[in-house]
Amino acid sequence: MTVMIDTGNYIAAKAATMARPDVVAAYPITPQTTLVEGIAKYLKSGEFKGEYICVESEHSAMSACIGASATGVRAFTGTSSHGLLLMHEMLHWSALARLPIVMCNINRVIGPGWNIWADENDSISQRDTGWIQFYCSSNQEIFDTIIQAFKLGENERVSLPVMISYNAFILSHTSMPVYIPEQKEIDDFLPKYKPKWKLDVNNPITFGNIVLPVEYEKIRKDMQYSQENAKKLITKIAKDWKKKFGRYHGDLIEKYKCDEADYILLSMGAIGAESKVAINNLRKNGFKVGLARLRTFRPFPSEEILKISEQVDLIVIDRDISVGFEGAVFSEVKASLYGKSDAKVYGFIAGLGGKDVTYIDIETICKKVIDGKAKDCEWYGLEGV
Amino acid sequence: MKKYDVVTTISYPKKGAMGKTGNWRVFRPILNKAKCVKCLRCWIFCPEATVIRNKDDTVDIDYDYCKGCGICANECKVKAITMEREAKIK
Repeated sequence: MTVMIDTGNYIAAKAATMARPDVVAAYPITPQTTLVEGIAKYLKSGEFKGEYICVESEHSAMSACIGASATGVRAFTGTSSHGLLLMHEMLHWSALARLPIVMCNINRVIGPGWNIWADENDSISQRDTGWIQFYCSSNQEIFDTIIQAFKLGENERVSLPVMISYNAFILSHTSMPVYIPEQKEIDDFLPKYKPKWKLDVNNPITFGNIVLPVEYEKIRKDMQYSQENAKKLITKIAKDWKKKFGRYHGDLIEKYKCDEADYILLSMGAIGAESKVAINNLRKNGFKVGLARLRTFRPFPSEEILKISEQVDLIVIDRDISVGFEGAVFSEVKASLYGKSDAKVYGFIAGLGGKDVTYIDIETICKKVIDGKAKDCEWYGLEGV
Repeated sequence: MKKYDVVTTISYPKKGAMGKTGNWRVFRPILNKAKCVKCLRCWIFCPEATVIRNKDDTVDIDYDYCKGCGICANECKVKAITMEREAKIK
């Protein structure tokens, strides 16, 4: 094991290389660029032994990954914001084709207003594609989750693509020390991919042919069933990882100081990491607040949230907005509790457009709820309105 | 042939994998064998491979799968194939 001090993107490049993908197809976009540059560097050094396909767009990047994965090999890509949106059609396609492609998405604002900072609306708006979605809060978690994602997606009871999201710049361009296992240890944990189906000239098949309504419905149902399976597997893989490598970032959620809490804060991504500092300060000042950081958005950790909501009220921070309604995580948390819990849920929209959400902001949000001054759902710190 | 245990849209090649597609037909190609000069243009151009080439280079049409597109009739240089509305044939 070695320690590597590097940015989220270079750490992701290292993890992707150590997962030994046969194909990487990618198109550069800020703030993802250094991720694909990192892989190109490993291609030059010989550490990455797969095929690197430089494509003309993100739609093509995902199409190339689909083609590669359909021939039964491991494929990886990375993108961000508008790149992810351009992929949208092929995201549905890869999930319906049951191809376990792994992709990093560096959460960035959608334009116009042209802006390159952190905002989770890009990946949140891919919610219904069938992709499994992770949100990371440290560079170590990015490394560990990428390896785990291949293991999860390629499991025959899942067979779905996996997206690993992390916030622009806050993680993608910030250096942190990360423990890197030996290649052999990674190989033991993540053996060669055994596809559930593949395009093979020696066994010709047609893929993507016409399917009548009765059969199509079964395809959707099977995807739903596989996402349910993923819930159990995410937990198991996280435990196995802890046993083998000694590191643990939670399963579908990461609980932090939730014992004897009156309130539990729910957040994702970089705000999830910042929340820990806020919780420490709140606890120090006698406020009984805990944190449940969501690691996955799909499958949604509804059972876990229902469980922690016993005898506490919930505070949700969304770095996204489903325009015309409310924060996406806020909606889903309430849906998870409906008819089963009487916990109150308070929603805050914060940090859109990459605006900083510091531990002081998070403490202010929590105190507003504790003081009984919070509305059901509000925008935190909106200036000049 | 190896079959895959996965719920997605895979079909395995066999004759008539999509059913008897000939019942989609509105116009039926009728071949006048007396006029045929065995040039095999219909056999080359048929997009569904439903023109059957016999050993002596005469041809027959497989009506189970012919969708009635009319390309064969269009390509035939001696007008040995005519397209007739299915409803009228009965």
